[in-house]
Amino acid sequence: MPLLEIDKTKCVGCGNCVDVCPFGALSLEGDTVVVNEKCTGCGACLEACPFMALRLPESPSPGTGDMKQYSGVWVWIEQFNGQMGNLAIEILGQGRRLADLRHSALTACVLGHHIEPITREAISYGADRVFWVDAPSLAVYRTAPYAAVLINLARLHKPEIFLLGASSRGRDLAGSVATDLYTGLTADCTGLDIDPEKGLLIQTRPAFGGNIMAMIICPGHRPQMATVRHRVFEKPPANLLRQGEVITIAPALTEEQISTRVTNFIPEIDKVNLAYARIIVSGGRGVGGPEGFKPLRELADILGGTIGASRSAVDAGWISYAHQVGQTGRTVRPDLYIACGISGAIQHLAGMKTSKVIVAINKNPDAPIFSVAHYGITGDLFQIVPALTAQFKKRLNK
Amino acid sequence: MNIIVCIKQVPGTADVKIDPVDNTLIREDVPNIINPFDLYAIEEGLRLKESFGGKVTVISMGPPQAADALKEALSMGADEAVLLADRAFAGSDSWATAYTLSRAIQVIGAFDIILCGRQAIDGDTGQVGPGLARQLGITQLTYVFKIRKVDPPGKIIMVDRLLEEGHEIVEAVLPALLTVVKDINQPRSPSLADIRRAAKLKIRLMTATDLTGVDRTRLGLDGSPTKVIKIFNPPRREGILDMIRADTAEEAAAQLADKILSEKII
Ligand SMILES: Cc1cc2nc3c(=O)[nH]c(=O)nc-3n(C[C@H](O)[C@H](O)[C@H](O)COP(=O)(O)OP(=O)(O)OC[C@H]3O[C@@H](n4cnc5c(N)ncnc54)[C@H](O)[C@@H]3O)c2cc1C
Ligand SMILES: Nc1ncnc2c1ncn2[C@@H]1O[C@H](COP(=O)(O)O)[C@@H](O)[C@H]1O
Repeated sequence: MPLLEIDKTKCVGCGNCVDVCPFGALSLEGDTVVVNEKCTGCGACLEACPFMALRLPESPSPGTGDMKQYSGVWVWIEQFNGQMGNLAIEILGQGRRLADLRHSALTACVLGHHIEPITREAISYGADRVFWVDAPSLAVYRTAPYAAVLINLARLHKPEIFLLGASSRGRDLAGSVATDLYTGLTADCTGLDIDPEKGLLIQTRPAFGGNIMAMIICPGHRPQMATVRHRVFEKPPANLLRQGEVITIAPALTEEQISTRVTNFIPEIDKVNLAYARIIVSGGRGVGGPEGFKPLRELADILGGTIGASRSAVDAGWISYAHQVGQTGRTVRPDLYIACGISGAIQHLAGMKTSKVIVAINKNPDAPIFSVAHYGITGDLFQIVPALTAQFKKRLNK
Repeated sequence: MNIIVCIKQVPGTADVKIDPVDNTLIREDVPNIINPFDLYAIEEGLRLKESFGGKVTVISMGPPQAADALKEALSMGADEAVLLADRAFAGSDSWATAYTLSRAIQVIGAFDIILCGRQAIDGDTGQVGPGLARQLGITQLTYVFKIRKVDPPGKIIMVDRLLEEGHEIVEAVLPALLTVVKDINQPRSPSLADIRRAAKLKIRLMTATDLTGVDRTRLGLDGSPTKVIKIFNPPRREGILDMIRADTAEEAAAQLADKILSEKII
């Protein structure tokens, strides 16, 4: 039986909810709407109903006990080879903002080996307190020893909010920690705010490949955990004079208790760092073949950009998967995204539509890519792209 | 070797369009599909079976029509299929989903490897895999794009994981849960004969009462720590398009270069 409850006295059969249901679970039967077993209780229809005829059962959660025991905002500081990444800095900035809104302190959890400088950096970006866990077993990120430390600390100190980066490691770790703490985890947030009345963390995240935004809360469990997408929030400035407390913590597991060993690391040779690229020149089926990326590469070289691609181009084998932008590829948010010969299917848009400036070059004036573009040219990319490269060559004196 | 593959049925969003008038999803009979990443998990499970023997069990939690996804997995070559369908499971978030799957897997029996997709394309969370590994207390290996070595008697597996900066090679103790990414393989397409054979196979149905020792307060909407309070369409950027019109490609390119430079991003 579906979860959705329909108040037949209020429903007039306008059909608004039928259109918005992502699962096709609603249909009109005479003057009222009916729901079938495809309903997952996602709630997409609730807002769409002008008559407030739709409801999901609300029920109290079992909860983690007294919410008042929990206070403070924590962030996990991801590091690689002793370097703190940009994402960690962005999260420190958000953590600081939320801690101020809650009138509480910001704690940074710094785990690794030979990472003392990061403890000071974390303070300069806003942390009041640092938990510093330094051990050879933590030198390279591994789920079990990292999760064990954070789970122990969270049980002991009871943070109210806990943020991690939505990177590969961050998602790997957050899923593990939230499971043991039996608390809610909202993945890939693009917005974080505090409800002024209830003090709850309101987490906004895209779903359905970015077609829908969902606001999520975690009312009855603590900490309220979220992973945060890269480049959604600005990096805060560093204040080297800021003071904070550094507390040394012992690792929670011995090497014998850890079931994984990282034997080798192979850095990406053809390094495609789309996630942090400031400029992306992207090609789709319109480039026609592997050689078709050549003019795009020339443009990218002049602009200091990186090459992206649609799934069609990747599936055709013209370029490697590491370049794929979209729902099943990378999510990117560059300052400039130039889409060449890409139609703009919804799954592609999901991965790039929050780019700051979008340029579309397409033969077809009705291509959906133009609906998200800031600048568009209707025409053949094999004429436009080289001409554009020539223009930039001239203007940038290259 | 006993292999379990977790698959989710998701709306095949390929045909979804946004209504330009009221910015809602237009879904005309959009078929449900197996989450694309889970196809790679199924394929990898089948390849492990082909190398080491044993069986592949596919499991899905979802509404009754998720049986279609399981049938498709059977036609690809999976041996058994389990459908977790019960009103008590409805509305599960990733915590409750991982919990429910873990209890079902304990009922199904011994396993060496569990395979999940990297993420489901409707929820896009990628949390169920790690949650499930933790619930079962087994090794977790996410973002795997290559299995280098499996030694079932020695209980060792060696995989390549895809990370932002490159890839790492990890040796781990079995049993383990792997979440797989696209590059790992090319999923097979079942033949008509396969589909016919699979149609005759039975899907094992499980409800909450079949899960021994399950804490019912941790199931479904009630057991889910997160609550969706609002769903809305992302703000649209309408009327922003500046269409460049010129007689020649050179002129158009010159105008475009001016506009891009005026944005002060280069
Ligand atoms: C579950 C699922 C997940 C998906 N995930 C992704 C994803 O992550 N990323 C992704 O990109 N796609 C994804 N897709 C695929 C997506 O639906 C589209 O099929 C794909 O994005 C189309 O790629 P394209 O725009 O390159 O090709 P097409 O749609 O074929 O468009 C080619 C465009 O090039 C133009 N063109 C042709 N020649 C020229 C020329 N000489 N000059 C200028 N313009 C020209 C044409 O007018 C056309 O608009 C996914 C699909 C599914 C079902
Ligand atoms: N309801 C479900 N039934 C079976 N497997 C699931 C379910 N939900 C998620 N999974 C598995 O977990 C992976 C990650 O899903 P998610 O955490 O929802 O992004 C999927 O690729 C599946 O392998």
